[in-house]
Amino acid sequence: MKKEPKQLSVSAIQNGTVIDHIPAKHLFKVIQILGLDKIDQQITFGTNLDSKKLGKKAIIKISEKFFADDDINRIALVAPDAKLNIIRDYEVVEKKVVEVPDTITGIARCMNPKCITNFEHVMTRFKVVSKKNVALKCHYCEKITDQENLQII
Amino acid sequence: MKTRSLVSIDDFSKEETLKILDMAEGFEKQPVRKLLEGKVIATLFFEPSTRTRLSFESAINRLGGKIVGFSDSSSTSVTKGETLHDTIKMVSSYSDLIVMRHPIEGSARFASEVASVPVINAGDGANQHPTQTLLDLYSIRKTQGTLDNLNIFMVGDLKYGRTVHSLMMAMSRWNATFNFISPEELRMPDEFKLYLDNLGLKYYEHTDFTDIISKADIIYMTRVQKERFSDPIEYEKVKNVYVLRNSMLGNTKHNMRILHPLPRVNEINTDVDTNPKAYYFEQALNGVFTRQAILCTLLGIN
Repeated sequence: MKKEPKQLSVSAIQNGTVIDHIPAKHLFKVIQILGLDKIDQQITFGTNLDSKKLGKKAIIKISEKFFADDDINRIALVAPDAKLNIIRDYEVVEKKVVEVPDTITGIARCMNPKCITNFEHVMTRFKVVSKKNVALKCHYCEKITDQENLQII
Repeated sequence: MKTRSLVSIDDFSKEETLKILDMAEGFEKQPVRKLLEGKVIATLFFEPSTRTRLSFESAINRLGGKIVGFSDSSSTSVTKGETLHDTIKMVSSYSDLIVMRHPIEGSARFASEVASVPVINAGDGANQHPTQTLLDLYSIRKTQGTLDNLNIFMVGDLKYGRTVHSLMMAMSRWNATFNFISPEELRMPDEFKLYLDNLGLKYYEHTDFTDIISKADIIYMTRVQKERFSDPIEYEKVKNVYVLRNSMLGNTKHNMRILHPLPRVNEINTDVDTNPKAYYFEQALNGVFTRQAILCTLLGIN
């Protein structure tokens, strides 16, 4: 029997960041949240890749780009299982997981239909009151938006 | 320097709250003082609230301040489609402080971030109404001589009533015990009970409005509103159950006082009004002194 050669779905990068285990349906949200659509570095990504854990996953590789923890944690709401590999000279030099931050600005919508953020152009702001089953308390109307009702803007 | 606003009862610490109550006591002794002379206060009532507006305007007038504003947004540029953001920006430049009532929740916090002057939240939808809570605290302290270790009974609509939620949160700072009396449909929401659990404070829930009130230091009555019920038959069943009558007050403590944020409909029978334990009309008057204290505090006047 002939052995299948190991092949990468998304080609390797020399230096930069690999974000793996993104739910496929949230790939473009991650791109948007991290502002990857506005940067000059080379980006390759693959989506709808098979994943035992997520069913369909996406992966993004960004050359010559390294993120601060605060920035990368902003994707935790849409990609809670995301793993980061920091690459230098084709080698993984560091691995990171994302963590739900204490506050969320933008990104999520307040589920209260009577909240000012759903009436006027106001950037949403939340205090994270529970990280496990994500629960967000709106800075404005003070109502809780739970995981079940979480909508990403 | 960023100005100080009052949007939520949590914006003031326990010490600051007590300071406001002390100051309100001073205004009760001597209500007419020209501390706001030369100041312009904007009262923006995007929805009508006669009681709250008159109370604020009375407080401002007694302090010698001038008022600009409106009592109903239908005659303003809001009908032309102006955003709250722009209205507040504009009014900020015309006034020294803004008192705002608005039907949308969170509007007061937003206004306080946009405004260059202090904002007092006079009610933002079902969210917060902190000046009501402060006047409730004032009334409780005045009638009981203390805020510590009291047994507070809350009766009626405990699910939607923002005044009971805010008062409960505020009183939890003074080691209160709570008794909640309501129909099944209008029970105190879990998030507030969880809040008390976390603080280790005792509370009891009842569906019957009975002799249990003999333990109360304060009975805080609220209106059970018809529109809160999905089933009109359920409303008919409960509407006459949570009514306080003079005949029920026989065994109550002599220091006990009855509070109500008003307006009442039928939940306190008029035969209670002449009982010395009825305090709801004095409570409304206390609102003027409390608001005088809040206005002066936010404007940095001592």
